[in-house]
Amino acid sequence: MSFSPTDLAIVLLSLKVALAATVVSVPVAIAVALLLARGRFWGRGLLNAIVHLPLVMPPVVTGYLLLRLFGRRGPLGAWLEDTLGLVFAFRWTGAALAAAVMGFPLMVRAIRQAIEQVDPQLEDAASSLGASPAWTLATVTIPLSLPGVLSGMVLAFAKALGEFGATITFVSNIPGETRTLSLAIYTYLQVPGNDAHLWRLVWLAVAVSFAALLASELLARRIGRTTR
Amino acid sequence: MTIDVAIRHALERITLDVQITTGDGMTALLGPSGAGKTRTLDAIAGLFHPDFARIVIDDVVMTDTATGVWVPAHRRRIGYVFQEARLFPHLTVRQNLGFGRWFGRHRTSVDAPIGFDEVVDLLGLAPVLGRRPGRLSGGERRRVTLGRALLSNPRLLLLDEPLGSLEASKREEILPYLDRLITELRLPMIYVTHDWHEVEGRAARTVRIDEGFGRMARPTSNFEL
Repeated sequence: MSFSPTDLAIVLLSLKVALAATVVSVPVAIAVALLLARGRFWGRGLLNAIVHLPLVMPPVVTGYLLLRLFGRRGPLGAWLEDTLGLVFAFRWTGAALAAAVMGFPLMVRAIRQAIEQVDPQLEDAASSLGASPAWTLATVTIPLSLPGVLSGMVLAFAKALGEFGATITFVSNIPGETRTLSLAIYTYLQVPGNDAHLWRLVWLAVAVSFAALLASELLARRIGRTTR
Repeated sequence: MTIDVAIRHALERITLDVQITTGDGMTALLGPSGAGKTRTLDAIAGLFHPDFARIVIDDVVMTDTATGVWVPAHRRRIGYVFQEARLFPHLTVRQNLGFGRWFGRHRTSVDAPIGFDEVVDLLGLAPVLGRRPGRLSGGERRRVTLGRALLSNPRLLLLDEPLGSLEASKREEILPYLDRLITELRLPMIYVTHDWHEVEGRAARTVRIDEGFGRMARPTSNFEL
């Protein structure tokens, strides 16, 4: 079995999209998880519901809402293009955004659980030593939540790698730009007599997923050693 | 140093009602477990907000529920040696001590009473500096907690059963260090215990707490101010 340059380009694009979605989500997810775990404010339940919406809504609906909001004529899309020159519509960045939104609830949940398991007595100890609340977060709470941050990243990355519905609705299925592994497999399924090509992509998908799992396992072991 | 503490707080089973006026040297807080000793220390440290309280240290009002004054714990400069040690599990002993020193250095212009090397020397911590708290014995853990609190540059030290659950031989390992803190560093401390023998001959003043009720007891023999 040999892989064509197109196949490799599809895998690289998928990895790029999933990696960007995961990395960009992390700081936002940590902030939201902190708010949900520790915040006492009006509207916390509402924030929680909004964060979880992409998990419950049909992905096509999420994709359509993204298209309306972040399309070139959407309120956020137009504003981002004017101020930052950032375009999402029918670009790989849009695929990353869709993947990030779909994986966001999974990441927030994992981080939130980890934060809730941090012993508040350790935070008290930090403040008795002179650390302000912000420093306590940065030096005690977040470092102790790292295993949760990591497993949240793995979940979000996995979700991003397999994301289909929101992506195809929001940024369509453009070869070389938004056609990730899932979308490519779907495309070849539409055309009869492509079985060999299809199998190559399926094997690639399995291999990439497996490698990602192995990498996360190794990372988890390293972090587990340092936070025990 | 003068320390004025008045606390009233309804707990589940008892009502905490403590009045303490004390100063330099060691003040012993004696009483059976569950009497409210730890709650009293938490209130002084600023980790617990009582219904009614007024806590003043050297004319600085730390807590006054009547006027709504509340100095947050990290600005009180009160060192706290917790009963459960509470060492940071993700940091080595050296980093735990460094944590105290770093934040102690940045909260006041007053120099810390003791440096890193002195603390390591005084408490005999050199052999365990590279270890994580999970790999320390009970006695080692207590000494690290004490060292970390000392390096945070406190004006007052709170000790909550610092010898609790240690065997007799390990107790003898810690007590000489405490004596040196009193005589050499002249650091005022409030020492919570249920065992009178730990503080006998050391405490300048004694407070007895029972069922949440705490008042100054008769001065002990070596009373001095």
